Amino acid sequence: MNVRAEEFQTLDAPRRGVVSAAMARGAGRIQAGSNRLKAASKRNGEPPSRLSKVATGIIGFDEITGGGLPKGRPTLVCGSAGCGKSLFAMEFLVRGAMQFNEPGVLLTFEETAEEIKKNVASLGFDIDDLIRRKKLWIDYVRVERSEIEENGEYDLEGLLVRMRHAIKKVKAKRVVMDTIEALFSGLMNQGILRSEIRRLFGWLKEQGMTTVITGERGEGQLTRQGLEEYVSDCVVLLDHRVVGQISTRRLRVVKYRGSTHGTNEYPFLIDEEGFSVLPITGAWMDYEVSDRRHSTGLRELDVLLGGKGLYQGSTVLLSGSAGTGKTSVAAQLAHATCASGGRCLYFSFEESPPQIMRNMQSVGLRLQRHVRRGLLQFHSTRPAVHGLEMHLVRMHKLVERFDPSVVIVDPISNLETAGTQFDSTNMLLRLVDFLRKRRTTAFLISLTGTSQSSESTVEGISSMVDTWLLLRDVEVGGERNRLMYVLKSRGMAHSNQVREFLITSRGISLVEPYLGQGGVLTGSARLSQEAREAAEKQRYAEEARRLELALHHRRLAVEAQIAALRAGFKAEEEEFARVATAAKLREETAATDRAAMSRSRRVMATIRTKANHIHLTEDR
Amino acid sequence: MKTKKSLDELMKKNSRGKRATGASSKSARDMAEEPVRWNLRLYVAGQTPRSLTAFANLKRFCDEQLAGRYQIEVVDLLKRPELAEGDQVVALPTLVRKLPEPIKRIVGDLSNTERVMVGMDLKPLANI
Repeated sequence: MNVRAEEFQTLDAPRRGVVSAAMARGAGRIQAGSNRLKAASKRNGEPPSRLSKVATGIIGFDEITGGGLPKGRPTLVCGSAGCGKSLFAMEFLVRGAMQFNEPGVLLTFEETAEEIKKNVASLGFDIDDLIRRKKLWIDYVRVERSEIEENGEYDLEGLLVRMRHAIKKVKAKRVVMDTIEALFSGLMNQGILRSEIRRLFGWLKEQGMTTVITGERGEGQLTRQGLEEYVSDCVVLLDHRVVGQISTRRLRVVKYRGSTHGTNEYPFLIDEEGFSVLPITGAWMDYEVSDRRHSTGLRELDVLLGGKGLYQGSTVLLSGSAGTGKTSVAAQLAHATCASGGRCLYFSFEESPPQIMRNMQSVGLRLQRHVRRGLLQFHSTRPAVHGLEMHLVRMHKLVERFDPSVVIVDPISNLETAGTQFDSTNMLLRLVDFLRKRRTTAFLISLTGTSQSSESTVEGISSMVDTWLLLRDVEVGGERNRLMYVLKSRGMAHSNQVREFLITSRGISLVEPYLGQGGVLTGSARLSQEAREAAEKQRYAEEARRLELALHHRRLAVEAQIAALRAGFKAEEEEFARVATAAKLREETAATDRAAMSRSRRVMATIRTKANHIHLTEDR
Repeated sequence: MKTKKSLDELMKKNSRGKRATGASSKSARDMAEEPVRWNLRLYVAGQTPRSLTAFANLKRFCDEQLAGRYQIEVVDLLKRPELAEGDQVVALPTLVRKLPEPIKRIVGDLSNTERVMVGMDLKPLANI
């Protein structure tokens, strides 16, 4: 804990958060580093907490050095001609005077005060005002060999006198000497010169002046005159490289005694706001993520993305070949973002803002009103107009200023023309990191060549995107139709379905394509298939109706038959009944007859008996 | 302090003295050539041995070469630092020939009289 607290002292407050998170991760390393530091400082008899830093105010520089330049010590800024070292030094002074209330003294050996005023006026620095308010003192030191004859021993007390005088006049805390090397060409006695320069730096340290000296890059060493031997605390190297006709400036902290510092080469640029150094923000992946989701502007696409749309702050890649409607999808997102009150920043590398707005009107998107309400900003540039670094810084700045929730880059594939593919991938990586850190959704559009596979060209950045949407066109039956699908989408249950993508005058819609024996059918094929299906359905319905009717008839027939049978049966039954009755009747009649007969017989018998009796009796 | 005072006095005396002699020598040199008035300014910072050496060397040189037609102004930058800028003084001691024009500068303690003469355009280099 102790160690970290000490480290914190070297940082200025606003940047603490960023670096502290980084330090928490690399705590072990830093611990070891500062142990070494302690050991080193014991030899010097100075505790490490003494190393305090002075913010330069130069965008990004204070971040990579963990607070700025070593306070009260000289720093050497070296580089070849035109690399921006004078501007660095000048900005250090001017920003010191303007932002940190630290007046400064400039000893200029090459340019007059008037020239310097003119140089920095374009950056919006009012030097005259600073001089009037006693915040800045410019002393032009002219050392011209042809005008100076050397004779015997001398020292540089004159320079010291001037410096002392200037420092006293403005109560300076910062000193810049640009560039002290002029002394070497103006004066011949190198021995005197070197010892005097050493004395000068010693004196400046004694006075507690935070000093920046500039030096021209030399062969085989940092500076032509070996100035680095006098400045042991901090050395910053500026570089200016031209690759493929596009220049890139780079900055590297070669040495920073008693402090950890970024050792990479950081691209920087000089624009209308001065010097900006771009830290590669991807060093620590410690950004926080959001669970919040927002719509893509396409309801059907939201459904494909698990029903809720994109994560806030995620990186979305939309790739597709020419004419697949990438810009329309992006415009839809912009529209949805602005309609819900968010801000959207649209970087276009192909079309001008009016062109985009006009074209989007044809699909029913009125982007003008969002622009008028200040929720949508377009920025169109040609990719090759400046290097990638410049693009990146410009984007950084615009994003910081506008604070959008969605950033659209249309297209990223174009940026390759401003550098190599490696560079553009690198730049995009940094842009994505930057946006992720801000929790700004990045919507990157990539144009894939028609000849290439739609999934191959963007391999450089495909791994860093969270959601990858693919637009494809299929050519079937003499027409080209668009298909969209979600290739990947981290952290959400996304659909595996391919949808047909329709651009109509009322907007974009995704419809389910026909999935049949011949694969996915789209466009007219889908329509005709649908018609065919409808006809078939009707035929089936009719057939069913016909069958039903036949059945009905059959039923009627059967029923009729049944009725006939039943009638026949009934007749038989009746016949039977009639026969039975008749039989019964007959039987009854017979019985009656029999009875009657027997009755009659008995009568007869009686008669007979009687007769017999009579007979018998008669016989007896 | 003593040396300082003495130098100050010396300077004053010299300036005055030279001006006087200069005036008188003008008439004496009338015939030879147009008298050129030399206006020299010596920048020093305090009474360092080197300052004194430079002044002594300068005075000796002037007396030898420019007797009567020179004027030396000694500027102590510790007292008047603002004057350093005007004459672009970097190294000390610096001798500036204000007149005759063009302005010439010699830095150092002027220990090499021959070179002082060259530096002051009193003698072509080839003649040394």
